[in-house]
Amino acid sequence: MQFGIFSVGDVTTDPTTGRTPDDTERVRAMLTIAQHADDAGLDVFATGEHHNPPFVPSSPTTMLGYLAGRTKNIVLSTATTLITTNDPVRLAEEYAMLQVIADGRMDLMMGRGNTGPVYPWFGKDIRQGIPLAIENYALLRRLWEEDVVDWSGKFRTPLQGFTSTPRPLDGVAPFVWHGSIRSPEIAEQAAYYGDGFLHNAIFWPMEHTAQMVNFYRQRYEHHGHGRADQAIVGLGGQVFMRKNSQDAWNEFRPYFDNAPVYGHGPSMEEFTRETPLTVGSPQQVIDRYGAFWEQVGHYQRQMFLMDHAGLPLKTVLEQIDLLAEEVVPVLRKEAEARRPADVPANPPTHAERVAAARAAGQVHTQQVAPADHWTGKAAEDDLDAADAALA
Amino acid sequence: MPSRSIVVVSGGLSQPSSTRMLADRLAEAAVADLTARGVDTVVEVVELRALAHDVVDMTLTGYARPELAAAQSALAGADGVIAVTPVYAASYAGLFKSFVDVLEPGTLAGTPVLLGATGGTARHSLALEHALRPLFAYLRADTVPTSVFAATDDWADAGTDQAQPLPARVRRAAAELAQRVAAREPEVKGGLYDAVPSFEDMLGGA
Repeated sequence: MQFGIFSVGDVTTDPTTGRTPDDTERVRAMLTIAQHADDAGLDVFATGEHHNPPFVPSSPTTMLGYLAGRTKNIVLSTATTLITTNDPVRLAEEYAMLQVIADGRMDLMMGRGNTGPVYPWFGKDIRQGIPLAIENYALLRRLWEEDVVDWSGKFRTPLQGFTSTPRPLDGVAPFVWHGSIRSPEIAEQAAYYGDGFLHNAIFWPMEHTAQMVNFYRQRYEHHGHGRADQAIVGLGGQVFMRKNSQDAWNEFRPYFDNAPVYGHGPSMEEFTRETPLTVGSPQQVIDRYGAFWEQVGHYQRQMFLMDHAGLPLKTVLEQIDLLAEEVVPVLRKEAEARRPADVPANPPTHAERVAAARAAGQVHTQQVAPADHWTGKAAEDDLDAADAALA
Repeated sequence: MPSRSIVVVSGGLSQPSSTRMLADRLAEAAVADLTARGVDTVVEVVELRALAHDVVDMTLTGYARPELAAAQSALAGADGVIAVTPVYAASYAGLFKSFVDVLEPGTLAGTPVLLGATGGTARHSLALEHALRPLFAYLRADTVPTSVFAATDDWADAGTDQAQPLPARVRRAAAELAQRVAAREPEVKGGLYDAVPSFEDMLGGA
């Protein structure tokens, strides 16, 4: 089982000091956090994607590409990649590039995005969120799986003879998760393709998570990818720890009370009871997170939100150490002990996906001719070149 | 015949409240009318005062805490609703509106709803027509033609309205609600997972 951290990349004032980092400091903090997580032995680092303040991570593949060169073992991922407002052609290109640079040590998670104005800023309509996610992802897959794509759809200009480069590493596309809190259509999409499904339940009661995950599992089996209990499931989580439980409560409370999402709403007592947020000792985190499998079945990835609500970088790094040293080894061991042998321990690695593709008879040959039919010597030549190539 | 469920939403904030009194009168009259039609009825009362913090929390966090979730679920499965609010500043109480604001869209679509309101004097009566009725039209509820306003005076024997005293208005409105509840099939509201289109349909429709 994998354990990792995901960052929203929010720039939030520390309520205990009144200090607010600037964007540059926040981006650098994210880089430090990811590298620290790798050093500490966590399995996954995922960055969000946002296009409005107070969030900084607008360009995930730039960040993850840098981290691919600076880290050793950690899987680089997203939480989430906006499948609605990004051009699927650019996603195909950028994430194949990241896959090659990271030598397969990456995957990504699709999400729709819940910030209304981002849709019109990128020329889209939020009311078309699900149809956009369905069509864009269908195209993205084709761009990775087929060397030359002819395509037309509702939301993007058509493609004729288009090849997305670089071609995926070893001819095998990155593993994809789909994230959704409350749209079963997205769980259905993940199940249809046999992709992973991650429920980021950090603001929701666990019963709701269990319903959505179990729906995905049933549909995964229905679509013929394996048994329901073999589907690839991830959960979001949120913890704040100190050795002494009361210290954790006292230290985290001002951050909780002023947090952008739930601050000034439910009390921390209520919120920790009703959502996966756990504030306390490492053992309390182990007790809580070690029991979620009873509701959702054995799952492959548990992500934690750690750098948010204005917590100082030093505190975040301490939290990562506590997670990696005291919590994860125990949870990993417990998960492995109870896992049925034919249920995957982890989401598939690149090497496993390549092996599966070869076993299924897929041969990797670069099909794209090493000739350029398109590029002119100057911008004005493009029309002529295109005409010649299509003739 | 399966029993029908009537959910009473009372937005009164004082204890005891005349809003709850009016809501209870309307519910009793509706049950009596349905019983006379041979329809068994189960009544559930949602007191918004008890849910006030949950409503604000959901406004801020987006998820319903357990007691509010139970109330929302009861409304989604209701065969008829009686919604009563005090009139504050010429309209429904803010808490009443906040409760409506956090309902899942479609919760009351097609559901028969009887509207009631209370206030100090009958001069506020039209708040029912200019504030509550448009709100429930937006919710696509099937509001009954008679809405009932109870001013303080109405709680006197016959009140100030000798021609149409409160008990008569209550009976008429309740009968309209009962007639609608009895005439329709019992409510079977699908859950979140009951209407997911097949992926092929979603792809085809994309």
